Amino acid sequence: MRFVKSLQYDIRNNKQLLILLILPVLWVLIFKYQPMYGLLIAFKDFKAHLGILHSPWVGLKHFKAFINSYMFARVIKNTLIISIQSLICGFPIPILLALALNATKNKPWKKLVQFTIYAPYFISTVVMVSIIIQFLSPSVGAYGHFVKLFNLETKVLMGIPKYFSTIYTVSGIWQYAGYSTIIYLAALAGVDPTLHEVATIDGANRFKRILHVDIPGITPTMVTLLILSVGQLLQIGFEKIFLMQNPLNMISSEIISTYLYRVGLKTGLPKFSYAAAIGFLNSIVNVALLVSVNMASKKVFKTSIW
Amino acid sequence: MKNVKMRSTLSDKFFYTFNFLFLLLAFVGVIYPLIFILSASFSEPTAVSSGKVWLFPVKFNLRGYEAVFNDSKIWRGYYNSIVNTFFGTLINIALTILAAYPLSKKSFRSKKYFMFLFIFTMIFNGGLIPTYLLVNQLNLINTRWALWLPNAMSVYNMIITCTFFKHTIGEELFEAAQMDGCGDIYFLMKIVLPLSHAIIAVNALLYSVGHWNMFFDAMIYIQDVTLRPLQIVIRGILLQSQFDASMTSNVNVEALAAQEGLAELLKYSLIIVASIPMLLIYPFVQKHFVKGVMVGAIKG
Repeated sequence: MRFVKSLQYDIRNNKQLLILLILPVLWVLIFKYQPMYGLLIAFKDFKAHLGILHSPWVGLKHFKAFINSYMFARVIKNTLIISIQSLICGFPIPILLALALNATKNKPWKKLVQFTIYAPYFISTVVMVSIIIQFLSPSVGAYGHFVKLFNLETKVLMGIPKYFSTIYTVSGIWQYAGYSTIIYLAALAGVDPTLHEVATIDGANRFKRILHVDIPGITPTMVTLLILSVGQLLQIGFEKIFLMQNPLNMISSEIISTYLYRVGLKTGLPKFSYAAAIGFLNSIVNVALLVSVNMASKKVFKTSIW
Repeated sequence: MKNVKMRSTLSDKFFYTFNFLFLLLAFVGVIYPLIFILSASFSEPTAVSSGKVWLFPVKFNLRGYEAVFNDSKIWRGYYNSIVNTFFGTLINIALTILAAYPLSKKSFRSKKYFMFLFIFTMIFNGGLIPTYLLVNQLNLINTRWALWLPNAMSVYNMIITCTFFKHTIGEELFEAAQMDGCGDIYFLMKIVLPLSHAIIAVNALLYSVGHWNMFFDAMIYIQDVTLRPLQIVIRGILLQSQFDASMTSNVNVEALAAQEGLAELLKYSLIIVASIPMLLIYPFVQKHFVKGVMVGAIKG
């Protein structure tokens, strides 16, 4: 009701702004909200010739089928292992790097390190995965040559399921840790310099000032980013995992999104409704995670994203 | 007192040394693989496959690059990626500004409702299957529009741009222009855009990196070989090892033994070739990139 009123006001006074908004609003309705409506097929047996509206309702059949399938436990487990491991290992490193960069007095050196560690962010996923595979190749890769130096036995690391999440995590840190420091450096630049001066007069050395001035200064940023990452625990990037998969490591590399793609689009007989149900379930869990982490953090840290 | 000061400088010295070593570790850890790939791509095939390359190119030569540039698939992939990136980014920037400008205006009363409409899509979305069915239903499969339209705007970038407008373009400026009979559209074109080079650069950068590196959408929406962007082509060569026989056939017989080596060398050269555009623009845009993250951080 209030929306109608303010819209009427804007039609009278801000006509041109509304005209500017026509295209973006059309776009968001068609390409973002229409697929949300399309999620109805998760509760139906979608038949292309009947369309979304006229396909028969089947209730929670597809959700039940997914939860009862043998893949359910596996994809959830793999998704959680990979994402929790990357979160735990990947979260502190940009903070340490940013603190170290911020404490450096040598400006050209700081610039050089920043310039270098941001660069891998620009590498495409396809190229990144190729680099991983090249490096870990037991016959021609750096890993193989290095191990042979010590006359040790080489292994096909990419084919060993238990190493999959570690390879994913370490390469992810290599590619993104540098880039992730930017936001912490911005927060560190906002720390009041008089706090540092006061602490120095009180006899705090540089390390103590990191502990008692810098870290408290960036805690809100840390908490915000942590909330966002936990909210995305079940949303690990499809592309990198998909490209790293091979038949040997499949048992630990099949995650929700790759499984969804495999049953939903890749097969000759795509199960649209079943895959849509998996996606729907995933989205709901994501929202629930985000909301609950945000609420918990509001209580504990007095920081929240809304 | 003097004693205390001595101690603290000593511990500071220790700290700065440790700090330097830590950053050195990060620096070497990131740059070594990059240098290795670059060196390997300029080395002799056998030197690469037998592990003689550690830091600098061994027996400098360009055979890997010759093989890469002899492949017409790669040229076509390059062409497609450039077209996709250029027009895709144009569409992105246009739509982003169209949405961000009205939503940055204080006097726009329905602002918060429209903002909610956009932000909600960041938290919840239809996901892969419904989006695919929509693109299919709109007959966009196997056209470049399938890569442009579903990704025509990123709400996150739109919010960054909106924040920028709020902070840079004062309300008074518009009121002054309004006195002179200037409407919003004219104001946006003649005053706001010329003042917004920085944010347009940030958007161009973020979006073009996205388009250039786009893989998944191209994989599901583009089956037509002639429309395949570079990422799909190099995936075929690097990860599925389906390179053309023609790519290596013009190599003479004595090199045949080194075919395996050449295949490996070619991969390194291809990694470099695929990354050249990004490597070339990176030094120039690094500043803007940092700025983009900072502007985004204002809002938190």
